[in-house]
Amino acid sequence: MAIELKMPALSPTMEEGTLAKWLKAEGDEIVAGDIIAEIETDKATMEFEAVDEGTLGKIMVAEGTEGVKVGTVIAMLAGEDEEVSDVEAPAESAPVDDVPGEGKDVGREPSEAEITKPARKVDVKDPEVPEGTTFVSTTVREALRDGMAEEMRQDERVFVMGEEVAEYQGAYKVTQGLLDEFGPKRVIDTPITEYGFAGIGTGAAMGGLRPIVEFMTFNFAMQAIDHIINSAAKTNYMSGGQMRCPVVFRGPNGAASRVGAQHSQNYGPWYASVPGLIVIAPYDAADAKGLMKAAIRCEDPVVFLENELVYGRSFDVPDVDDYVLPIGKARIMREGSDVTIVAYSIAVGLALEAAEQLAGEGIDAEVIDLRTLRPLDRDAILTSLAKTNRLVIAEEGWPTCSIAAEVMAICMEDGFDHLDAPVLRVCDEDVPLPYAANLEKLALIDAPRIVKAAKKVCYRD
Amino acid sequence: MAKAPRSKKKPAQSPAEDTDFVLHSLQDALEKKKRYDASQEQMLHFYEQMLLIRRFEERAGQLYGLGLIGGFCHLYIGQEAVAIGLQSALDGEKDSVITGYRDHGHMLAYGIDPKVIMAELTGREAGISKGKGGSMHMFSTEHKFYGGHGIVGAQVALGGGLALAHQYNNDGGLCLAYFGDGAANQGQVYETFNMASLWKLPIVFVVENNQYAMGTSTARSSAETEFYRRGTAFRIPGMDVNGMDVLEVRQAAEIAFKHVREGKGPVLMECNTYRYRGHSMSDPAKYRTREEVQDVREHKDPIEGLKKVLLENGSTEDELKAIDKGIRKTVTEAADFAENSPEPDASELYTDVLVEEY
Repeated sequence: MAIELKMPALSPTMEEGTLAKWLKAEGDEIVAGDIIAEIETDKATMEFEAVDEGTLGKIMVAEGTEGVKVGTVIAMLAGEDEEVSDVEAPAESAPVDDVPGEGKDVGREPSEAEITKPARKVDVKDPEVPEGTTFVSTTVREALRDGMAEEMRQDERVFVMGEEVAEYQGAYKVTQGLLDEFGPKRVIDTPITEYGFAGIGTGAAMGGLRPIVEFMTFNFAMQAIDHIINSAAKTNYMSGGQMRCPVVFRGPNGAASRVGAQHSQNYGPWYASVPGLIVIAPYDAADAKGLMKAAIRCEDPVVFLENELVYGRSFDVPDVDDYVLPIGKARIMREGSDVTIVAYSIAVGLALEAAEQLAGEGIDAEVIDLRTLRPLDRDAILTSLAKTNRLVIAEEGWPTCSIAAEVMAICMEDGFDHLDAPVLRVCDEDVPLPYAANLEKLALIDAPRIVKAAKKVCYRD
Repeated sequence: MAKAPRSKKKPAQSPAEDTDFVLHSLQDALEKKKRYDASQEQMLHFYEQMLLIRRFEERAGQLYGLGLIGGFCHLYIGQEAVAIGLQSALDGEKDSVITGYRDHGHMLAYGIDPKVIMAELTGREAGISKGKGGSMHMFSTEHKFYGGHGIVGAQVALGGGLALAHQYNNDGGLCLAYFGDGAANQGQVYETFNMASLWKLPIVFVVENNQYAMGTSTARSSAETEFYRRGTAFRIPGMDVNGMDVLEVRQAAEIAFKHVREGKGPVLMECNTYRYRGHSMSDPAKYRTREEVQDVREHKDPIEGLKKVLLENGSTEDELKAIDKGIRKTVTEAADFAENSPEPDASELYTDVLVEEY
């Protein structure tokens, strides 16, 4: 049967081109790989290579023709057992139109199909802590370690890797004691090579293990962000759900103390913008432990953002077996009725401090700890807004394109009717963090600034 | 006082005296015996598989020209002997494979149904990634094929992780991690070399040197163009292999896999090969001459090379023609399937973003 040679698309965006030159004439023998014609687009001149064998029968489009649409039959090729003279022009040589459902790139109509977003789980609550449970004062550092150790005891696939996690006991002592208990196979010191070991950790997760990859700080994860986003976050989707990547990337995030601009950045908004990732940023020790355990068990890749300045703070942790918290649920840290302060990570402490001060001035503030930045608990934010009608977001990080900005968008989109005042954000100043003590203090969020904003939305300033 | 310059080492007489023995021992073994002793039956199978890749890719190029395949499409034509020579030596039960974006050939080498691969290229529901991955993002966990990665060099570190999982689980498997001469200049490749050698990970790094990183020749991009030497600084033995000869590639695979399975750590294998087509579909082909490509096709083609051996050893032209005919039928069926399968349902847009519900 004669073969139709059609005007090829030579780039993803090409729709038409010029048939610049025929290099073969009617009657010529053609073998695969022969250049039959030259085609010009606005970008380049390209050679049209034969993929079939045969004899060039009829040339349908003369050389020099401009604006030849992709898919137009430009010539006919007679097959092995055919006479060239028998080759007929196809009845219709019009360009191929888009056929619905056939996925061609030409003339695609805008889709009118309904987009269905997955439902969020509702009514998921923190586990009940039975009456009479004792609470143990625990630092965040210990709580994180306890969460990891418990999961390592019950699942052989879980291991920790990173710089100084084993023999040094952790640059910030979060992995203290793990080497002694689990040995060097499961607590692996890596060289200083973030891109490489983030890739190895991600690959190990694809291979069926449950790696916890520690970054000494998330500032260094910038060198590895390609694996976190391109390899870990996108693979499940790109594989149509075949390839899972249950890895936890964890480490301190945000400003520490007097370490300068390159070591002081909050990456929460960066990671929270990426579909395919879970982003967790707890504040207190109980949440750190319960969410760390949930993160390790999670089938999805998790970015777990800790805070160096909070590591040493002690909080009560319930002494129960297997304290696991739900991912994606905010927590009301303090109930109030006049104004909502939404915060996460270290800013929760500042928000609680501000709420105390506001109480002294007769303003009853509700403080919400987001705990998970992706997926964000929209319901918790909107429910509180419906109650207080005023909202302030406190975030230790830059204001531009921040989690604060996202919360403000949610309030505008879905909470507009509840608003009695514009939503305000209290963030760090929009500068790289300075070293000088006085300038650093000026640049960082603090409780008085939150108080000021809360009073402003209550029209009490 | 300055140190006295080290005296230049004399060529060692025995492995015991030769501290660099490990770095060249595998190459020495290959030099001793270059080609794998394949049975006629095995060779026919290699021939059939290489031909399947060739014909499949030719058809993919055509479908691209028809607008049925979009975006990027990197064809494997010319490089067939690498995937077939190496993957035929794997233990399918245990070993894993990972590669970059030029991945169709590696999937076909596994015997994965050409239909679901072609249907992925056309972005259809029946595609191996449900149409959501495309040419560069295909996976088969069933076959331990881990992609299909679009970021140049990323698969090397990920392959290191797969190898770590083999070692951790003590499952006896190894990872075969392919990358190109272009990826060989990425920093993470060397970060991975370091850790893989340090931890003696069971991994074979394969540089498919097709001579051009997009349009930049190795000579214009690489200070050391003998890529198999690039593991030396990490104490990784190198092998220099003719990637246009499936029997030599297979022989090299036997040597490398044995070394890795004995727990001796990674191997770096350079397979010198050539791609006949452009880097992707829109390739201006201005960086090399027509004659250069034609010369390789005429004198070094892996399929023609094996065909010659087969004919010398008793196969007939008719027998080989029958194989070709069968392959063409398979590829036509795959193309028809890929053209006629429906696109993914709109409801698939939000599936597989996350595994769990929150």
